[in-house]
Amino acid sequence: MSVATVTTPKRLGFARISRDEWLMRLGIVLLVGWLLLIIAFPLWALLSKSFQNANGGFVGLANYARYFSTPTLYGSIINSVGVAIITTIIVIPLAFTYAYALTRTRMPFKGLFYAGALLPLFAPSLLSAISLIYLFGNQGLLKGLLGGGSIYGAPGIVVAQVFYCFPHALIIAVTALGLADARLYEVADALGTKKSRIFRTVTLPGAKFGLINAAFVVFTLVVTDFGIAKVIGGQFNVLATDAYKQVVGQQNFEMGAVVGMILLIPAVLAFAIDRIVQRRQVALLSARAVPLEPKENRARDIALLCYCTVVVAILIGVLGTSVWASFITYWPYNLSLTLKNYDFGTFDQSGWASYGNSVLMAAVAAVIGTAIVFSGAYLVEKTRLMPGGRAIAHLLAMLPMAVPGLVLGLGYVFFINASWNPLNILYGTLLVLVVNCVAHFYTVAHITALTALKQIDPEFESVSASLKVPFWRTFGRVTVPICMPAILDIAVYFFVNALTTVSAVIFLYGPATKLAAIAIVHMDEAGATAGAAAMATVIVATALGAKLLHLLLDRVVFMRLQAWRRR
Amino acid sequence: MNGPAQSGNANGSAAPFLRIRDLSKRFGQFTALKDISLDVKQGDFVCFLGPSGCGKTTLLRAIAGLDPQDEGMIEIAGRDVSRLPPAARDFGIVFQSYALFPNLSVAANVGYGLVNQRKARVAIDARVAELLALVGLPEQGAKYPVQLSGGQQQRVALARALATSPGLLLLDEPLSALDARVRLRLRDEIKALQRRLGVTTVMVTHDQEEALAMADCIVVMNQGVIEQVGAPQDIYRKPKTAFVADFVGTMTFLDAEIAGPMSLRVGTIELACPDAARFRVGAPVRIGLRPEEIRVRNIDNTTANKIATRVTTLDFLGSFCRAHLKPDAAPNVAILADFSLNLMRDLSVAEGQELTVALPPESLRVFAK
Repeated sequence: MSVATVTTPKRLGFARISRDEWLMRLGIVLLVGWLLLIIAFPLWALLSKSFQNANGGFVGLANYARYFSTPTLYGSIINSVGVAIITTIIVIPLAFTYAYALTRTRMPFKGLFYAGALLPLFAPSLLSAISLIYLFGNQGLLKGLLGGGSIYGAPGIVVAQVFYCFPHALIIAVTALGLADARLYEVADALGTKKSRIFRTVTLPGAKFGLINAAFVVFTLVVTDFGIAKVIGGQFNVLATDAYKQVVGQQNFEMGAVVGMILLIPAVLAFAIDRIVQRRQVALLSARAVPLEPKENRARDIALLCYCTVVVAILIGVLGTSVWASFITYWPYNLSLTLKNYDFGTFDQSGWASYGNSVLMAAVAAVIGTAIVFSGAYLVEKTRLMPGGRAIAHLLAMLPMAVPGLVLGLGYVFFINASWNPLNILYGTLLVLVVNCVAHFYTVAHITALTALKQIDPEFESVSASLKVPFWRTFGRVTVPICMPAILDIAVYFFVNALTTVSAVIFLYGPATKLAAIAIVHMDEAGATAGAAAMATVIVATALGAKLLHLLLDRVVFMRLQAWRRR
Repeated sequence: MNGPAQSGNANGSAAPFLRIRDLSKRFGQFTALKDISLDVKQGDFVCFLGPSGCGKTTLLRAIAGLDPQDEGMIEIAGRDVSRLPPAARDFGIVFQSYALFPNLSVAANVGYGLVNQRKARVAIDARVAELLALVGLPEQGAKYPVQLSGGQQQRVALARALATSPGLLLLDEPLSALDARVRLRLRDEIKALQRRLGVTTVMVTHDQEEALAMADCIVVMNQGVIEQVGAPQDIYRKPKTAFVADFVGTMTFLDAEIAGPMSLRVGTIELACPDAARFRVGAPVRIGLRPEEIRVRNIDNTTANKIATRVTTLDFLGSFCRAHLKPDAAPNVAILADFSLNLMRDLSVAEGQELTVALPPESLRVFAK
């Protein structure tokens, strides 16, 4: 029997083996180099710029001293923090209640309510501000309701931010409330505990870390968001608009760098807290926990159904206002429908070209970003070589989470425009915009890829090595197919965010590479609000289209290619 | 340890298939392997046995090249592979988790390493069918791993590891994830298959029963060093250290003192014991005694090491009973004894009953304290 021949002489293939290892090492070196280039160097450029004068000489803390002795500048800190605190106080209870309804009740249509609440994620942040102007602005439809008050300034920012931040807080709250051990509730019940006491002693402590995390995320989003304050802020200065004015308006790069460094503080804090919370949250739920099945309670379910309906109606109403207004002839005097607002050339030089740029940029970012992030995560998680290099790569990949888009954008401006940098020929090209977006949204994509890879048996690489199969073949034939759902998630995440982001790219576009989201800012600035609303509508439609395509594709992939998942 | 530990009955003539010399491995401050030297004969089935954290899996992974050692030499079939990557070492490996590629069919899994050898499609298919028949899963090639039971999946993993006819088969706790009954059946099948193919095999396990049943040679490990190497019989009957005695099988340990060249004393009880000759008179030692060695029948005046005891408790364990005996002369000592149900009935043993037993001198193992 041929099986018994155990000592058949075999080709040992030293050359290929060393090539395997050589390829892995090269991959890790390239990954670290790439992450240094797109994340670390720009941030370093920003940091060093804030300690330099206009000629590039080192001036120590002089810029900071000047910043804090100019009331119009440091006043923005108070404004930003104030607006952020108020928004956080409003959003967290709203999102928590909504998440409670989604996770702890037997309310019908939970899926639809969750999807509806996530709609704002598919729009640029400033869309809510545009809608508010249509409703309560100088020509607002419902202006009378304000009783002489004005929506411009802090009130408008807060309301628009609540709309924009709600889904972000909701996702975190749903995750936190979703992690519940039914046994804790059964024990509390068995001990005859009152419902209100169970809520205080079991539900809230279980979700505590998630809520703290959500609060910091919302706070950071508000402080670092540029679009909303730009559109509806009026004379109310905040940090994000200051950075824009210093750099774009006054060409005062050093002061822009100082503002950027200040913007970095809350984000870094939120990042640190998120890390701590993640660690605790994991420990909170043991592997043996029994998932919680909500019990029947009609009164509670109906009350929360009403609440969710109202919230979703408002969210869709705000989104819908811009969509509707984009088809209106002359708001609010002539409400007949028209398509002329979609003739972008009449409001903005670049016309529809900016939309083309956006889609192209988002698509390229999705393809390149996904390929790099997934391969990078594979090298970090599945190889055993160069532990130091892999640790650095992981650290760099986690860094963008703590860097607001505006700050990273500033860093890119300083880095690419530095006189010594040969890359400055790339300034204003689509490539820089793509790279900036990949860098800005790197962390979430990296974590998604890592999570998927961690679920794969760690011995696959060992097995293929023992069978003398090169690692890249197992990567292509096994790892990638298994992770296809996560890979699609990452691609859509990159596409939607690249499409809707304003803050990351506002400093980086060139005359030929203006993006749709920036065109919205410019049209709004020029008073062409209808054109801005129309462009925002096109972006939302495209982003939603991409998401629907994703769901469709996911189903096809699952049905066809993933037959092996079914028993 | 002086010189390398050797597998099988030292035959001396043939060069060992697997040679390990002075292997060490550290994880930070923790020493996982300390100066391990070991020879494994061609065709042997060797078990690395020990508690978790003893270094047995680390040693296996070092042999495979998956976690290379810090120091030392590994030679497979006369070739120094110490610094070679796993793919250059010629072994097949099976893991506790099966590690089957879930998106590939059973046949594709088994043929995974063959495809790479650029063989003809027909030859690969034939080889895969042959291997699936070998592990008792003919006609299952088109299924996906998720559609098979745990035991079947582990057979597929075994077929995949054997597909390229490796010179060395490594098994990392291959049976630990399976149900008790499946484990027993697969244990016999793996052993039979290994005999038939004659492939040198190293298996890691923490289950002493598994090791005793399957291995030609057991390597008992503890805290990064080899405690003893030997045939299952030797390991069980002549454990060299108290650790081996305690880890493999059950043993009663008693504090004692060497009383003479062939005798020792437990409290006031004097016992004959040839093994005591290895120690000087007066030395404090521990003695070990297997519960099944204690004799109750056919005791007369000439029987050595006769002692009067009282049965304190009886644990019913199915096919036999384990009695806790308290010697009258040493009330602080408890001796375990296994009695067959037959004997229980004949002597009508019950709790609280007085019982004279004999501790056969040759069954007493003496360990340094």
